[in-house]
Amino acid sequence: MERLTFDLAAQPLRELNTFLHTGAKEGKVGHVTVLNPDGAHNIAVGLDCPIQVEVVGHAGYYAGGMNKTATVTITGSAGTGVAENMMSGKVHVKGFASNGAGASAHGGLLVIEGDAGLRCGISLKGGNIVVGGSVGSFSAFMAQAGRMVICGNAGDALGDSLYEAVLYVKGSVKSLGADAQYEPMTDEDVAVVASLLDQAGLAHDAKDFKRIASKRSLYHWNADANQEY
Amino acid sequence: METKPVHFKNISREESYGYDRKTLDYIRNAAAHGLYEIRGMGAKRKLPNFDDLVFLGASMSRYPLEGYREKCITKTLLGTRFAKKPIELEIPITIAGMSFGSLSANVKEALGRAATEVGTSTTTGDGGMTPEERQSSKTLIYQCLPSRYGFNPDDVRRADAIEVVIGQGAKPGGGGMLLGQKVSARVAGMRTLPEGIDQRSACRHPDWTGPDDLAIKIQELREITDWEKPIYVKVGATRTFNDVKLAVHSGADVIVVDGMQGGTAATQTCFIEHVGIPTLAAVRQAVNALEDLDMKGKVQLVVSGGVRTGADVAKALAMGADAVAIGQGVLIALGCNGETYFQNGAHHSAEADYNALGCASGYCHHCHTGKCPVGITTQDAILEQRLNPAVAANHLKNYLKTLNMELTTIARACGKQNVHHLEPEDLVALTIEAAAMAGVPLAGTNWIPGKGF
Repeated sequence: MERLTFDLAAQPLRELNTFLHTGAKEGKVGHVTVLNPDGAHNIAVGLDCPIQVEVVGHAGYYAGGMNKTATVTITGSAGTGVAENMMSGKVHVKGFASNGAGASAHGGLLVIEGDAGLRCGISLKGGNIVVGGSVGSFSAFMAQAGRMVICGNAGDALGDSLYEAVLYVKGSVKSLGADAQYEPMTDEDVAVVASLLDQAGLAHDAKDFKRIASKRSLYHWNADANQEY
Repeated sequence: METKPVHFKNISREESYGYDRKTLDYIRNAAAHGLYEIRGMGAKRKLPNFDDLVFLGASMSRYPLEGYREKCITKTLLGTRFAKKPIELEIPITIAGMSFGSLSANVKEALGRAATEVGTSTTTGDGGMTPEERQSSKTLIYQCLPSRYGFNPDDVRRADAIEVVIGQGAKPGGGGMLLGQKVSARVAGMRTLPEGIDQRSACRHPDWTGPDDLAIKIQELREITDWEKPIYVKVGATRTFNDVKLAVHSGADVIVVDGMQGGTAATQTCFIEHVGIPTLAAVRQAVNALEDLDMKGKVQLVVSGGVRTGADVAKALAMGADAVAIGQGVLIALGCNGETYFQNGAHHSAEADYNALGCASGYCHHCHTGKCPVGITTQDAILEQRLNPAVAANHLKNYLKTLNMELTTIARACGKQNVHHLEPEDLVALTIEAAAMAGVPLAGTNWIPGKGF
């Protein structure tokens, strides 16, 4: 498989994304290196083929957004909305991630080796997120499906208004959000966490994690509706 | 026999203006249930609207076109600012965004069929794109909503344009709502939610928070679609002058402004009636904002919220809109609030089903219950059969054709060969309120309130 390099200091982002949407689909190029990203927004968005993309440096907003089947690695840090609405494949951030990391991801795996900002995994819809460090407040807000593994700590209101997504935290949780509760870890939970840590390449003992899921008390938002009392 | 004088007791019926029967009923309901009322449709209160404007047809000082012989162009282009493939419509009347979930799959199919026949667009809603809709609608606008239910890159690529929804006229600042009875297995699957739960969708987008972020978000959608598809931004009408300017700043190709008469399938009544500004006021503010930025004609404006007739369309265009979007009028054309439904070749009364909902045909706003007696706003397997997509599409086609004929009739009477040539100068207002909001003179005067004499 061929390797190709795009230098964003010399080539416009449009050229890179055009190649990733068209030329990459021919399957001859297996690996693309992106040099001098310099915080550019929308790097490698909307990919739809199993190509490997390595961004050498820091990415701006929405890196790897709406990814399908591709593997996008960012050696530096990522801005807001990294891997937002990912469908499948993998996005791996070696550094830190800003707000809304993995927002509304339907599938795939997002790995953040460092910390993630506010609202990590907001509206998660089936994707998996592994954070090596800590996550900010309101993470997993209204998360519907999928799993989050947090190796560090979590900020305020973790899992507020959760649906069916499940969260695992190793460190401390500043506060749980509305309708989120701790639940006992089952053998199945331990196996899931161990598998995700393995895929993320992070060494932690899965047994050290706590499980957080929805109380489901907001599913029908007022059980007394239409009752006379 | 002794006779006594007859005394007639005087029963007082003096109604309080502040505590009229409607208010008494509201308070009793609140006291009984401890829960706000949720309903469908738009604002029901009397608001200044397009009926408060009239056209100044041609006479001595202007030259009219022959009513139905001379050509009057209705072709409409949307998304000419950045998109490689702008939306080309035969008429400036589009179908507003309404979700599969709030509407049945049959209805979505009917909308697509009718729109395709007359050459206009339909719009998805909260809950994603159904195959029925994509197949039936030649020009389909795909909404990107705060909830992102069912939002995926394949449908982004399949769409003809993307509409980033910030808000809706019926509830600016509020998220979607779909009560459990409408969250069927299919709807739940598309939204990644458990079946039968009361679904309340987010009011804020998950991955951006302000106009500067939105500019980057829009650029992301452009990158994903290789700059081919127009990006619309839809706002509920509130601070419209500023919101439209910010939408332009964010890089929108098309701005959709939805006034407070705009419909909903389920929203708190207090929200529908008390948040947002009338469409009439919103159009003027939106056009002023575009003119202020010298973007009139470069960024297109679509107006929605209580557009019902061809005259309404003509007035919106004259005020400066490039197109309108219709939701409630479209549903009524399909049979909403009708006394009967048509099934197996015959009309059947729907009145008993309206009565079961505690209302009657003509007064129904129970879209939120999913028990639509005429099979429109439902996911019920039996009720949805009451709407035949082919029959419904035919009615909708007739409605859209009628609106377009009315629009061109008025345009010709004003001497315009193209409906987009209608201008504010063609309008006057019948009330001071409408004159002030629409920024056109009170009929018979040169007075625009707020602009001096």
